[in-house]
Amino acid sequence: MAKTLHETPSVTKGRDVTATQTKTPESPKELREMSSGRGAAGDRIFSGAALAAGVLILVALVAVAVFLVVQALPAFVAPQSQIANGQGFWPYIFPLVVGTVIAAAIALLIATPISIGVALFISHYAPRRLAQILGYVIDLLAAIPSVIFGAWGISFLAPALVPGYTWLSNALGWIPIFAGPPSATGKTLLTASIVLAVMVIPIITSVCREIFLQTPKLHEEAALALGATRWEMIRMTVLPFARPGIISAVMLGLGRALGETMAVALVLSSGPLIASLIRSGNQTIAAEIALNFPEASGLSLNTLIAAGLVLFLFTLAVNILARWVISRHKEFSGAN
Amino acid sequence: MKALRFGRVSAVAVVAAGALALSACGSDNGTGSSATATGSATSAGPKVTGTLTGAGSTAQSAAIDAWKQGFTAANPGVTVQYNPVGSGAGRKTFISGAGQFAGSDAAMTSDELTQSNAVCGTDGALDLPVYISPIAVAFNLPGVTTLNLSPDTIAKIFRGTITTWNDPAIAADNSGVSLPSMKITPVHRSDDSGTTQNFTDYLNKAAPSVWTDKSNQTWPASLPGENAKGTSGVVTTVTNTQGAIAYSDDSAVSGSLGKAKVKVGSSWVALSAQGAAKAVELSQPATGRSANDLALNLDRTPTDTSAYPIVLVSYHIVCSTYKDQATVDLVKAWENYVVSDSGQQTAAAAAKSAPLSSALASKAKTAIASIKVKS
Amino acid sequence: MTAIATSGRRSALTRNRLPRYAPWASLAVGLIVGAALSTLVGFSLFGWGLFAAIVYTLVYVSWSGAVEGGRKARDKLATSLVIGAFIIVVLPLFSVIWTVLEGGIKGFLTPGFLNTSMNGVSGIQDNMSVNTGGRVLGGIYHAIIGTLLITLWATVISVPIGLLTSIYLVEYGEGRRLARAITLFVDVMTGIPSIVAGLFAAALFATIFGPGTETGFVASIALTVLMIPVVVRSSEEMLRIVPNELREAAYALGVRKWRTILMVVIPTAISGIASGITLAIARVIGETAPILLTAGFATKINFNVFSDWMASLPTYIYFQILNPASPSNPGPSIQRAWGAALVLIIFVMVLNLVARLVARIFAPKTGR
Repeated sequence: MAKTLHETPSVTKGRDVTATQTKTPESPKELREMSSGRGAAGDRIFSGAALAAGVLILVALVAVAVFLVVQALPAFVAPQSQIANGQGFWPYIFPLVVGTVIAAAIALLIATPISIGVALFISHYAPRRLAQILGYVIDLLAAIPSVIFGAWGISFLAPALVPGYTWLSNALGWIPIFAGPPSATGKTLLTASIVLAVMVIPIITSVCREIFLQTPKLHEEAALALGATRWEMIRMTVLPFARPGIISAVMLGLGRALGETMAVALVLSSGPLIASLIRSGNQTIAAEIALNFPEASGLSLNTLIAAGLVLFLFTLAVNILARWVISRHKEFSGAN
Repeated sequence: MKALRFGRVSAVAVVAAGALALSACGSDNGTGSSATATGSATSAGPKVTGTLTGAGSTAQSAAIDAWKQGFTAANPGVTVQYNPVGSGAGRKTFISGAGQFAGSDAAMTSDELTQSNAVCGTDGALDLPVYISPIAVAFNLPGVTTLNLSPDTIAKIFRGTITTWNDPAIAADNSGVSLPSMKITPVHRSDDSGTTQNFTDYLNKAAPSVWTDKSNQTWPASLPGENAKGTSGVVTTVTNTQGAIAYSDDSAVSGSLGKAKVKVGSSWVALSAQGAAKAVELSQPATGRSANDLALNLDRTPTDTSAYPIVLVSYHIVCSTYKDQATVDLVKAWENYVVSDSGQQTAAAAAKSAPLSSALASKAKTAIASIKVKS
Repeated sequence: MTAIATSGRRSALTRNRLPRYAPWASLAVGLIVGAALSTLVGFSLFGWGLFAAIVYTLVYVSWSGAVEGGRKARDKLATSLVIGAFIIVVLPLFSVIWTVLEGGIKGFLTPGFLNTSMNGVSGIQDNMSVNTGGRVLGGIYHAIIGTLLITLWATVISVPIGLLTSIYLVEYGEGRRLARAITLFVDVMTGIPSIVAGLFAAALFATIFGPGTETGFVASIALTVLMIPVVVRSSEEMLRIVPNELREAAYALGVRKWRTILMVVIPTAISGIASGITLAIARVIGETAPILLTAGFATKINFNVFSDWMASLPTYIYFQILNPASPSNPGPSIQRAWGAALVLIIFVMVLNLVARLVARIFAPKTGR
């Protein structure tokens, strides 16, 4: 980092610098007026473009939201006895929301500590060359299409977990989430969550690794010079510095876990909401949409889009919460 | 600086070279042969040209691949494209006017027929039965390749009231077969599908006292059992799980699984293409539709013991009128090929479907002949 | 106690430190005890590994705690956990890669697989190649072209928008209400199920250009909706951790803000931004559902993203697995599917390499 500082002047050596050397500016305002007109125009164009891009995204998102609301509206307005085979919309959507939350929560519970561990391993433990290769492999895994994860889940993971589930239901069956009888195919919510975890690990790891690598070297060296062990150094400098970034990374992973369709649709043997994670049952919103969309028409199509809207709103709520958490921790961030 | 510039140039060069290498070679001749594709198509009528677009049923996709190939071999100027997005989405696409035909596992509903007037003219759309697929009740029991199962027994198994293979109800119909005391794992489709609709329709009509749910493309959520996505998912799950039983399009059922004989009248009927075609032939046309609309009310309880009643009929939905003669010719030529003998045989060879009976095929041809230009 | 007993034989520098063989000894203990424990509950390789890892960690850390004291022990525990996390990740990930390689290599090496399309290939050919043992016909050329073009267009649209937005958020919008709104909604966009993005793009184009507008470009727009949030989110994070000292140094030299951003901020963060963009491309290159709804399903080669249907590798894989060309002989279709998956992964690998190359060329030397 220190080296970058020294290099910056050479990068920016140019007309702007020489222009300001003729007269010493008194105030920032004066400084701005003194620079060449081209530079000022550049500033305006650049900030304008940045603003326009931001606004464009907002517009696109509003368009998506409007589309969702318009398409979903009939499901809310229509007589509830016609929705989802007479169940009504809210009784239909509630188990799906719960299933989605459980699946995503378990996936993140598994993925977050592991990802942080792996990111630390790559950034602070592994030898440099090995770390580069590992980073490469992990990035690669983010790209495996979800169909492949789904196929891997059914053909390899689910059968492999069946003995584990049998053992769990025998040993820990008194806990409701491990209540038997376990699924004979292994296609349970826990399996789906594990597949989701494997899918989000590359995303979280990749972002975390980049952030860990950006920790100011001086902080780290200061900690080590004071006699801290490697772990103490990480706990005192790297983690506080990276905390907002870690939360961001987890949110990215959460987005993927909540919205993932194909892998869950393939792996999970869906059914009504049940507490046990090792029996077949439960369902997520995204998988429900993917499974039923192809044959849906009329009101049932509206219902599915309404389910998409609910997922959308749910994501909104979670993200507001996460932002709030980050803003509370801002003062600890070592960055700006 | 120099090294930097060189690096940029080389990076660009690498990417460009890669792109060039990719676009340099590539051909649409996937079979590696000159245009003598199999499935010798005998196209009725004059050669036609143009692009035909359809969307819909995934069940039909393998058959449509084969038809496409046979039809374009006879009419090299034609491009047929089909997107197997699912029946519901296919009908929706068709109603929006985005294609000339739809593939669908269910006939158009009356609402949809009304909506189709916007693109098809006042006579609306026509349902043409083109694809018959027998549905097998397949199970994974080591050493057992066939079982006699009555409709009531099948219904009880899938409702979870019969839970082991050596249940007296199964044993009574299968004297001489040694049934293990294994747990039964019923497997059903997790996605909405025409297969589920037809299977539940069969159970509802053939075992009305046990199967009280109405026929539906969604499996009743309250019933126990495992599920899997798509025909291939169901078959994979059953193949991997001992003691599992499922309903599935017969074409995908592999040799290692057993198939049930079902009770028709008082005899046991094994699944066969002829039996399936027979059951469709015995069925009555649905009421309240135009004369050329061939939507069927499938007969699930035939008395003819050569009929196998668990079948899925998939339709092509076409307009009764199109806006110009070229489209009319194209659609007529395509549908005529599809219901023709050679078309049906091609589908049977590729997708293991059951060919239409000649009586039904000739009805379909009459309906196709009625397609005309919008006046 | 142990420390005092052994201290006599060691120099002052190595006193209170574990002997060099300590990790290996702990590992041996872990393996032996692990084998014993896993035999008790029913032996399996996985159980052995699990118990061995737990016992190893316990032995090593408590030994270190006894000899070296709590701080060192905690450090060792952290090291064990970090390495443990790494091993846990490697297992499933390599399992996935192995599955793809094992299934894909045969299809990949079939002559004609990479440079022909699926035009004219149906169940008849597949049945024939199964029955006669001939080579599996049909290839993925059309899908490769489709995936490249669709993803290229999605990238061309979303990277500038995404990057500019993140610049706005970090450099201009600090604390403004608009910036906060953008951040929030970008986060929400990450949670849009991919199928909804596809529905949205399809509906948008159907409204503007009439029903049945299904082209590669519509798919690009659908992917853009999915890609932008990932680009914004990751590059925002990377721009934010550029030390303020750098910006201030540039301003102090009288450098304009936009030049500071272009010449100082972005080059410092370029490695992270490139990695984020790669991640975003990787996220969308494997999407199935949105492409299915927007680009149709072609079996022919099409180079034009603005007209006619287009194939892509994920939809190709999806259909080959779920709707084999010949339902009774799915073997050839599954072989093609895994082959296509392998190609997709190779693409992302190359993409990653290019991104790293770009990052290395543009990034200032940071001494890392």
